[in-house]
Amino acid sequence: MKILVCISKTPDTTAKIAFTDNNTKFDTGGVQWIINPYDEWYALVRAIELKEADPSTVIHLVTVGAADAEPIIRKALALGGDEAIRVNADNHDSYYIASQIAEVAKQGGYDLIFTGKETIDYNGSSIGGMVSELLDLPYVSLAAKFDLAGTKATITREIEGGEEMNEVELPLVVSCQKGMAEQRIPNMKGIMGARTKPLKVVDPVAVDTLTSVAGFGLPPAKAGVKLVSPDNVEELVRLLHEEAKAI
Amino acid sequence: MPVLIFIDTAEGHVKKSSLEVLTYGAKVAEQLGTTAEGVVLGSVTEDLAALGKYGVKKIHHVAADALNHFDAQVFAKVLAQVAEASGAKVIVFSNNLSGKAIAPRLSVRLKAGLVSGAVALPDTSNGFVVKKNVFSGKAFANITVNTDIKIIALSPNAYQTLAGEGAAEVVSFNASIDAAKVKVTGVSKASGEVPLTEAEIVVSAGRGMKGPEHWGIVEDLAKVLHAATACSRPVADAHWRPHNEHVGQTGFAIAPNLYIAIGISGAIQHLAGVNRSKVIVVINKDPEAPFFKAADYGIVGDAFEVVPKMTEAIKKIKGTA
Repeated sequence: MKILVCISKTPDTTAKIAFTDNNTKFDTGGVQWIINPYDEWYALVRAIELKEADPSTVIHLVTVGAADAEPIIRKALALGGDEAIRVNADNHDSYYIASQIAEVAKQGGYDLIFTGKETIDYNGSSIGGMVSELLDLPYVSLAAKFDLAGTKATITREIEGGEEMNEVELPLVVSCQKGMAEQRIPNMKGIMGARTKPLKVVDPVAVDTLTSVAGFGLPPAKAGVKLVSPDNVEELVRLLHEEAKAI
Repeated sequence: MPVLIFIDTAEGHVKKSSLEVLTYGAKVAEQLGTTAEGVVLGSVTEDLAALGKYGVKKIHHVAADALNHFDAQVFAKVLAQVAEASGAKVIVFSNNLSGKAIAPRLSVRLKAGLVSGAVALPDTSNGFVVKKNVFSGKAFANITVNTDIKIIALSPNAYQTLAGEGAAEVVSFNASIDAAKVKVTGVSKASGEVPLTEAEIVVSAGRGMKGPEHWGIVEDLAKVLHAATACSRPVADAHWRPHNEHVGQTGFAIAPNLYIAIGISGAIQHLAGVNRSKVIVVINKDPEAPFFKAADYGIVGDAFEVVPKMTEAIKKIKGTA
């Protein structure tokens, strides 16, 4: 069993969001970088659990990014995984990134490809779907549970107002969300071991981008909260009904 | 060269998010001086012609039973056939659960640039630029689509449904359909409850509730408002409430018309999942709770007293007391 886990570098959840270069670039000044939480907590940890259940499993990590993505991929290796591949490219659009991952996947011959359900910066939710189409593989998105019996995957995915149970034969692409696994903290053995795990750097393949960022902006600030006395709950309800027209 | 709209259904019914994309897609068509067409996959129990009131002129219906179960790979191939036959240059999805699975596949298949999570109509004054949320709602980006065919996946609850007059012409479309590789073995649905990601009103509670046994007042409030219930991460992690109620950075991101937060302090990670709500009400006994800064209305007070009073006051307004 060979699993490929897609890892993305994102700003920390508490990072200040600001832009430079006439609002065309994210201001990375003072930003702490983390592994995209969906990639780490759900995709990677579930892959590690599958390897714990079947030690013959091999886990590869892939990231598309410049050299400054290496601390993140080392941190991911500290959690688990056997080796990592970094496609040496600056981030472009989802199609470009998915094409690079698909190329790595073709070379590696994986049975299973995990992505997080989205990154917390671009919120595209697109990489898993694009990779699956590029490889012509089945895709289950927003998986909350994943189990394997031989080459058959049993998956629970979210649907509106409930869950759907799926069975799919490998190979397959899955995007992972809450429920798949629980967050782990790397231990000292993992951190030490990660330093010597192979991290291959490969050149990107030539791919067009389909979209580009024209500019960023910040949403208008809230006008400020209108406080109502706890002894006058009727007034709040009246405001919601008559002023906000929300009920 | 029409605008093609994917009309998502569940158990034969058109989803609410589909009405939003129909309205949106019709507006895009008007903007581009063309017509809007819809596409429905699988059997339906509704009168599709009636969807014409949202501005769509024609609906391609691929009524094969093989499409009654969702498989993104199969759906994307069928949609590509409809898109090619209709000559559509703009394809619109809801960025709901189905849209998130199919739109990226179709994007690759048609080599069409995708904007997922769009929140406004495209700006066509200089190219084709669509605004979307980024950084979990803390910012937005204007994305230029550089390809001949463009795909927009519209955020649920970002565009107001508008019904007018009219009937759509329903034409059956014969597609070549692959055998599904994803086998659906079961569905579990909480019956009678409002799905969280489609809800117009969400009542959410946090650690301030002190324990799962106190959720009755939250549920009572949700019930009078026909609202979905949600919770903060610590509550889901403590198993007071199921994980599928967790809203926030790592749970669900929602954008209802009204979000009522009870006993939630409003950590930045929680706000990331709810900051696109149109109206936010915060009930918290701590006046320093950061959530008040993001709120439109607030009560500094004890939830155990305030919430039941609120339920009663709403019953009076709705005439159900």
